[in-house]
This record gives sequence, C-alpha cells and structure tokens, in this order.
Amino acid sequence: MSASHSIEAIKKHRRTYLTVFLCLLVGTALTVGMYYVHFQHLSTTVTIALIVATVKASLVAAFFMHLSHERKAIYSTLLVTACFLAAMMWLFIHTRTDVPLDTEFPATKYVPHSSTPAKP
Amino acid sequence: MDIPYTTKARPDTGLFNAKLGIWLFLASEVMLFGALFSSYILLRVGADPGAWPQGLLNIPIGTFNTAVLITSSVTVVLGWSALQMNNFKAYRKFQAVTILCALGFLGIKSFEYSDKFTHYEIWFKDGHRQTGHVYHNGKKVWFWNNKSLEGSPAVTDAKGNVKEAAVPAVAEFEFHPDARHYAAAAPAELAAAPVEHAAAETGHGAAAHPAITVKSSDIRRLSAFVPSHSTYFAIYFTLTALHGLHVLGGALVIAFLWGPGAKMWKTDPERYTNRVEISGLFWHFVDLVWIFLFPILYLL
Repeated sequence: MSASHSIEAIKKHRRTYLTVFLCLLVGTALTVGMYYVHFQHLSTTVTIALIVATVKASLVAAFFMHLSHERKAIYSTLLVTACFLAAMMWLFIHTRTDVPLDTEFPATKYVPHSSTPAKP
Repeated sequence: MDIPYTTKARPDTGLFNAKLGIWLFLASEVMLFGALFSSYILLRVGADPGAWPQGLLNIPIGTFNTAVLITSSVTVVLGWSALQMNNFKAYRKFQAVTILCALGFLGIKSFEYSDKFTHYEIWFKDGHRQTGHVYHNGKKVWFWNNKSLEGSPAVTDAKGNVKEAAVPAVAEFEFHPDARHYAAAAPAELAAAPVEHAAAETGHGAAAHPAITVKSSDIRRLSAFVPSHSTYFAIYFTLTALHGLHVLGGALVIAFLWGPGAKMWKTDPERYTNRVEISGLFWHFVDLVWIFLFPILYLL
C-alpha cells in the first residue's frame, strides 16, 4: 500500500477490472457463437478459437495478475518459462514429423478394442 | 521467528518474497499444463477422422461454467482492492462470491462427469456403433463395460461365508440411443442438419429414437464415457480433473484466508493483503487454464 495505491488509483483499477470482466464474457460468447456458425474448414474454427482464447488469457494475465506493470524479476522468470514451454511443445509436436515423409501408419487405423478376445 | 520480506520489498528483486515465490510456482504449473496441452495437440492432430468424438460435451453447461469461473476471477481482484482501501467488509462479500463460484464450478463439473459415467457407446458385432444410455432393471447404470455383462460367481472366504454375492450375467438390457453418432458429426454436415445437430450436441437425443433392447451376445464392446473409452476421454478427464483439483486447492486457500486466516487482518493488515493477492494470482492462473481448456475440449 505505497503511495501509488491511492484511493483514486485503486478506484481507477476497479473500473479496469470490470471492463476486462465484460471483455472476457464477450470473448466467451464469441467463441461459443462461432462454433455454431460452422465454417467451411475446421482450421478456421480452430484458429479463431485459439486467437480469442489467447486474447482472453492475455487480458487475465495483464490486468487481473497485474503483469502490465510488474517487476523485472517476474518478467525474467516468465521469459525463461516461455522458452522452456516453447521447447517442450516443439519436442512433443516434432515427434509427429520426425519420420520419413512416405511412412505409412497402419497402427493409426481406429480399431476399437474389446475386453473379450474377438472370435476368429 | 520472523519471516523476512513479507511486506517490504526485497532490494534486489523489488518484490516481497511471496510474490516471486508464487510466480516461480506458476512457472512450474505452466510446464505441467503445457506438457498436457502438447500431448493433447499431438493426439488430436494424429487422430483418424471420426475417431475423435465431436459434440459429446454439453456446450451450454460448459459456457455457463466458464462464466462462473470468470466471475470468480473478477471478485477475487475486487476483494483484494477492497482490502487495499481498508474495506474489510466489502472484501468478505467479494470473496464469499468467489468461494460460492468455486463450489458452483465443481458442482457443475461433477454433474457433467456423472452424465458421462452413465452415457455409453456400443460396438456391435455387425460393425456399427451407437451411443446412448443403458438401463438395467429400470435404472440407469454406471461405469458398465463388457465385464459387467458377464456377471461374476460368489466370493467366499475360507470358512465358507459369502463375502460377495454372485452377480448373474446380463443377457440383454435396455438401450436409449442418441439421435446421432459422434463420428458422423463433421462440421460441414452439421450445417446441413442443424436440428439433428442440436439434439446430438448434448448427447441426449434419446427422444428422437425409441428405446431398444440389446442382446449382450450381439456386442463386441461396451464402454461408458470413461478414460478407457478412447484417447479423447482419457485426455479430457486428465486435463479437467487436474484443473478441478486446482480449483479445489485454490478454493481451500481462499476459504482459509476468508475464515480462520482473517485474524491476521487485525494484527498485520498489509501482510494479510499480500496473502490475499498471492492466493488471487493462483486463482487467476486456474481461470487462465480453463480459458484454453474450454474451447479445445468442448468446441474443437
């Protein structure tokens, strides 16, 4: 509760919180609404959904978690985290591409298993 | 013992210690959820067309739950700023709403779970598949699989006392099929059949199809929508249950600070306010995870 936390400043922050809250609700409505529109390609739906989710997540991080005005120690922590996260995601997703291009995947055919062995 | 830097900023970081602490913890949480999100992407992209269930979750309920969690996030931050303005009463009110939202979220989620545990897919021997609800002796059954149909002999101990009664095999049962199978629910088709889509969405299109009697001997596989049903439900339950545990943990901390922990407000208000901020940071993170979970699990 330093000088920067004057009553006036806090009241201003509260208005920001409520605006962010409304934006988040609108974002949710947008995501769900877009699902019912049924775009030609699934990729359009996925892209829009992920963009909206990222914007919403950034709003939460920036305002509710005060990341828009934080100390350097937190930013550097998060920068390291982001690098590791990106590396890990790349590793996971890379496993899919790390095969010769003409490889066939017979095992990916969907075969529902049964707890009782199928009779020949 | 005096814990250093609970209110004063440490000179080198410019933060009170708990704040850097919670951010380090959240960084590890990012990696935990990040690993599962990457797994999800890999599994989703690698799934065969039709193998990934579409529209089996209840979107209106999921949307409502998202709104509940967003509301709890804003009340947390409003409660904290009420404390900054020395308004303890307002803080109590805001956090009470937060706790109620958390309980509401968990309640709704467990309702969704129980709905999945009584919802089934049958793989018939003739090759076709059907989803719906299984009834036996007039009651919805939970967690059935092939084994449940086989029955089991009585279990007795060494003295011959019956520990578990024999369960008779199930020769046939009542099945209320859904209007549409998830594998057929490709977005392009949905646009052409919006009415059917609405019914299939909640998985409760039973009204459209009358109940049928299914013979156990016609079935190749029977499974409720539990983790072993498919890759989709395995990752769905892993992600949502882990998130649910976070909601529960966050709610416990917030409830502690709201109730017995609130004594500190009288002795050390600044430190107490910081504690509330820290619990709030965790809570916002849990909200943030859900912001990603909701579209990927319910909509994609």
